[in-house]
Amino acid sequence: MPELRLRINGEDHKADVAPQVSLLDVLREHLWLTGTKKGCDQGACGACTVLVDGRRIVSCLALAVQYEGREITTIEGVDHPLQEAFVRHDGLQCGYCTPGQICSAIGMLSEHAAGAPSAATEALAPEALTPAEIRERMSGNICRCGAYNGIAEAIQEVAS
Amino acid sequence: MKTFNYLRATDVDVALQRIAVEPGARFLGGGTNLVDLMREGIEAPETLIDITRLPLDGIEELPDGGLRIGALVRNSDLAAHPVVRGRYPFLSQAILLGATGQIRNMATVGGNLLQRTRCLYFYDEASACNKREPGAGCAAREGFNRGNAVLGTSDACVATHPSDMAVALAAIDAVVEVRSSRGTRHIPLTEFHLLPGTTPHLESQLESDELITAVELPPLPVAAHSYYRKVRDRASYAFALVSVAAALDFGADGRIADVRLALGGVATKPWRARTAEQLLLGAAASEDSFATAAAAELAAAVPLPGNAFKIDLACRTVVAVLRRLTTERSGS
Amino acid sequence: MTTHAKTPVDPAPSVPVGGAVGRPVDRRDGHAKVTGAARFSAEHHYPDLTYATMVHATIARGTITAIDTAAAVAVPGVVAVLTHLNAPRIRPVRKGNIVRDLGPSVSGTEVNYLNTDQVFWDGQPIAVVVAQTSVAANEAAPLVTVTYREQQARVDFAAEQHNATPAKGDLTFAGTKKKGDAEAALATAQVSVDLRYTTPGLQHNTIEPHATIAVWSGDHLTVHDTTQSTDASHKYLAWRFGVPAAQVRVRAEFVGGAFGGKFAVWPGTVIAAMAAKAVGRPVRLALSRKAVSRAAGGRTASTNRIALGATRDGRLTALIQDSITHVGSVGGLLEATSSPARHLYGAKNMLTRQNLVEMDLLPNTWLRAPGEAIGSFVLESAMDELAYELAMDPIDLRMRNEPATDPTSGKKFSQRMLREAFEAGAERFGWADRNPSPRSMRDGEWLVGMGAATAYHPVLRLVADVKVRLSNDGTALVQCGFHEMGMAAATVQAQIAADALGIAYEKVRVEYGDSDLPPGPMAGNSNQTATVATSVLAACAELTRKVTALARKTGTTGQEPAATLRAAHTPFLEASVGSTSRLGSLRSQGRFLATFLKDQRWSKAARGAQFCEVRVNADTGELRISRWLGMFDVGHIINPKTAASQLRGSIVMGIGMAMSEQTLVDPRNGRTMSAGLDSYYLPVHADIPPIDVAWLNEPDKSMPLGIIGLGEVGMTGVAAAIANAVYHATGRRIRDLPISLDKTL
Ligand SMILES: Cc1cc2nc3c(=O)[nH]c(=O)nc-3n(C[C@H](O)[C@H](O)[C@H](O)COP(=O)(O)OP(=O)(O)OC[C@H]3O[C@@H](n4cnc5c(N)ncnc54)[C@H](O)[C@@H]3O)c2cc1C
Ligand code: FES
Ligand code: FES
Repeated sequence: MPELRLRINGEDHKADVAPQVSLLDVLREHLWLTGTKKGCDQGACGACTVLVDGRRIVSCLALAVQYEGREITTIEGVDHPLQEAFVRHDGLQCGYCTPGQICSAIGMLSEHAAGAPSAATEALAPEALTPAEIRERMSGNICRCGAYNGIAEAIQEVAS
Repeated sequence: MKTFNYLRATDVDVALQRIAVEPGARFLGGGTNLVDLMREGIEAPETLIDITRLPLDGIEELPDGGLRIGALVRNSDLAAHPVVRGRYPFLSQAILLGATGQIRNMATVGGNLLQRTRCLYFYDEASACNKREPGAGCAAREGFNRGNAVLGTSDACVATHPSDMAVALAAIDAVVEVRSSRGTRHIPLTEFHLLPGTTPHLESQLESDELITAVELPPLPVAAHSYYRKVRDRASYAFALVSVAAALDFGADGRIADVRLALGGVATKPWRARTAEQLLLGAAASEDSFATAAAAELAAAVPLPGNAFKIDLACRTVVAVLRRLTTERSGS
Repeated sequence: MTTHAKTPVDPAPSVPVGGAVGRPVDRRDGHAKVTGAARFSAEHHYPDLTYATMVHATIARGTITAIDTAAAVAVPGVVAVLTHLNAPRIRPVRKGNIVRDLGPSVSGTEVNYLNTDQVFWDGQPIAVVVAQTSVAANEAAPLVTVTYREQQARVDFAAEQHNATPAKGDLTFAGTKKKGDAEAALATAQVSVDLRYTTPGLQHNTIEPHATIAVWSGDHLTVHDTTQSTDASHKYLAWRFGVPAAQVRVRAEFVGGAFGGKFAVWPGTVIAAMAAKAVGRPVRLALSRKAVSRAAGGRTASTNRIALGATRDGRLTALIQDSITHVGSVGGLLEATSSPARHLYGAKNMLTRQNLVEMDLLPNTWLRAPGEAIGSFVLESAMDELAYELAMDPIDLRMRNEPATDPTSGKKFSQRMLREAFEAGAERFGWADRNPSPRSMRDGEWLVGMGAATAYHPVLRLVADVKVRLSNDGTALVQCGFHEMGMAAATVQAQIAADALGIAYEKVRVEYGDSDLPPGPMAGNSNQTATVATSVLAACAELTRKVTALARKTGTTGQEPAATLRAAHTPFLEASVGSTSRLGSLRSQGRFLATFLKDQRWSKAARGAQFCEVRVNADTGELRISRWLGMFDVGHIINPKTAASQLRGSIVMGIGMAMSEQTLVDPRNGRTMSAGLDSYYLPVHADIPPIDVAWLNEPDKSMPLGIIGLGEVGMTGVAAAIANAVYHATGRRIRDLPISLDKTL
């Protein structure tokens, strides 16, 4: 099986994996970058969110081979004011959804900055990042502990 | 997941040649549906041809005012495109109301059209499903069928087509461009998906060696006054129970001069509501005319115990959307 | 992506010595969690780790007649496939006495997995594949083919209800409670309602799925497990595998949510340890989301009759609640749905009865506020209905029935400030602005409604062993095998210990989540904070006495403790509560009984007033929550920041229960069809408005530091408040959860 080369958090990594291995499993089980979480393995929770070339994706539905040569950022490579904001606003409890929430929020903020609309956007292009916009745009990240208020506050603070 | 071969295509012709000689091969777009189904053991291709690096990710304005969308354009890019936002707002809305930011960043236009049903029994390897295994029976009919269809169903299958984007595209009369080593075909979106009939495992007109290369939108002035409404079991991140894509325009006499209407969540394929459109065309805009048209469209609906409410819900949602569009028009 | 430069953060306002308790300190493990450094159970690295995937039965009841593993074994990378034919034999589940030993009570089911050919529910694990990689294990597991001899199974709750029989109950909860003649009083009541409410099964669906890494070294077993009961579960595993408890270590430093779902030992834990023994290598068994739904229990469904009789001026004369819930044939829990009805209102005549039906389903288990989550929906909806019958404000009706003593036991309340909670809450929420008639408030296409309900959760205290060490460098170490599943447990205990020792908060380190530590309580029933605090305070008091004595000797009285230790050339001093010796364990049981009996002198509970505003779409029936206030009577708050999060999180879970959550068990065959997060709808960001929570902060004088547990009370009353608000908005009573849009149309 050909060796897979992945660029993660600015470093080159090699892994000997079959093509059916997801990016998530390569991270967690082959490279032991376990900060990225598996909550459902079916695209239905967002815990596995990572950034690829700055865009957020769910790594559980991503075959690792498909992402060779792309710039992958996981929570281990994130150094962002959101992280402290999450702690200060208590935007976490068990912490299992948290890396996904943070990666997702980083991707979301740059989507918004680039003018991408959401289902909550009435105008042609988004204006301010209102609480309703944050909640809609972050709906791909489920938090069973229900830390939603703190998460939204943390994002709001960093966005403004 | 079963083992498979992985190939990365960088050239359309090479990809087409390859699939022509490998009947067990499948194209891989964003993978958001195919990878999930492979993990569940529902799909087991021998080879995956990764098409995401093919140069089919552009959106071009056509001289006639239409739009040509490459099959590999990501859902989020299509939804954010200024021409789509301005001229076909309901297409943008439909996409943004589907899945999540992460999934829309991965999902491609071609893959979205070909995503498979979310019927609980299709997804459960231990349950009977004619779509998965022709002749096995349908466990959904007498099971949990809240998400299942009331329109276009057959004895064999009541599975809903889950795409939101495709519902808006059906209303737009989009055309799907497909290529194989045998040539290029153009298929109207409203004919692209098949009704289940006795062969629910056959879902579209696409042949196994064909690649979707683009979707073309005709120029459609009425689409500038359009709206997509999705009704579901939570405020976001859920498939539609009912969705309505509608565009509406009025003549100088105040009567409906042009209308497009399509339904999602209730049918086995993206459902163009032509019966309702015909009744609405030339009618005065009123709660009554909207309700009559909606009821006529849903007259053919066949309810199941778990989804009978969708008939009324679909009618109400159609009325609400048309009312909204009417108010917007008279306000502007 | 562009990485952002680290912006300087305000240094945390330093906590003054003696002033840690009551301060909104950030949770201590926050940094580890936001950087990805926190390692959860499935994430521990062992060089020769193998990966396991279970195979689940696809019938509800029967016998395995043949099982063919050849195709699975042939998958490259597969190390072993274990079934009942070749798995190591282990001891059967022991039945036991919960007071003596929690071990037996943590058994999720009574089944001796992979040691029997019997199938008791659809989804029961019947084989396990162990492989070099998870990919190989997952590829091989579906290739195991099984033949069954099927038996008739009882899987349709609606159809089985007529087989329900009165439940016996136990030490803490009686199956039936009677006072006066409730049926007669109902028949003659001036005003009455007689109603039926149902609730569906629910799943915990913690975002971290259950996972175990099991490592044998000789006959010592180490288990990294997703558990909220390390002590009980290490004893349990020791018994099952026939080794002394001291040789089994269960670790759970970080648990990704639990809510009762990780209290019992479910099949995955046992099978991982079994597989590790069989292959002689560490095994990781991380359940898929579907596997969690098939192999870890959730909340029972319920059907409830509730009848209330009252005088015209709103005094309750009769209160009847008859509930039917289910258990599995191989285990399960009596969900105490009548708990709120027994303790909230002063009805003259009362009859509350629990009925159980046994079914061939995965046994049900604790899920946040077991009993009260359902019971408060039933009771508080019915109170609202009665209020409308009486043309009375629903809060007023409740206040007219505030009892002076516990309505069932007659015991004194250790504290009860429900009236104050409703008063303060109504004021803050603007309840007075509500026009009481249904369908009277509207905002465009949205019908607006306001609802209220009482929150109630009883107090339980268990025992904890604790060791506290004070070192001459000024630091302290608190050790206790308690659990951190998101409650900020270590943060709160550090606050308590810091003040008790008179040292700075930052100087206190806390070790937890490990059965090698002095045993802590299981984290359930909202007991943990008060239970551990009791022992932390006792240990710190003893330590303080030792320091004081030493200070007198060394003439350092009045100086900080570390100065005393240095002056005495003592590196550290320790104090402990409890020990794991034989005698120590006996003493712990004694302490438990003493605490239990002491606590039994009062009727103790956390309470609160829930208020919400909802919007129901007039066209589509869609329900949105637009405003929330929970005003709580939950004793003294140690950490307002993390306490607010617990209460909010509970309310969010209640919103899910009210609006969208539902376990779908196919009544034809007992198969769980809501096995994924795409079919079991948890609330998402867009469903949750800003949630206002507040508390009276009045200490419960019968509890250490006045603490009342608050991890569950927030969930109670939520579904009723929403249902009541939906009635107010639409004029429709929804008596069957969830309140899906087809019901409000
Ligand atoms: C949790 C979850 C929630 C979702 N919610 C919604 C929702 O609310 N609304 C909605 O509309 N969708 C929803 N989706 C579905 C999502 O939109 C689809 O999965 C996605 O659009 C598929 O695109 P893809 O590129 O990832 O397809 P893939 O998974 O890559 O492919 C899907 C199929 O299309 C074929 N294919 C792909 N591209 C081509 C091509 N160019 N030519 C020929 N064949 C091709 C593949 O072979 C495969 O059979 C959801 C998905 C998930 C996981
Ligand atoms: S693990 Fe990827 S979305 Fe849940
Ligand atoms: S913090 Fe526990 S799931 Fe979000």
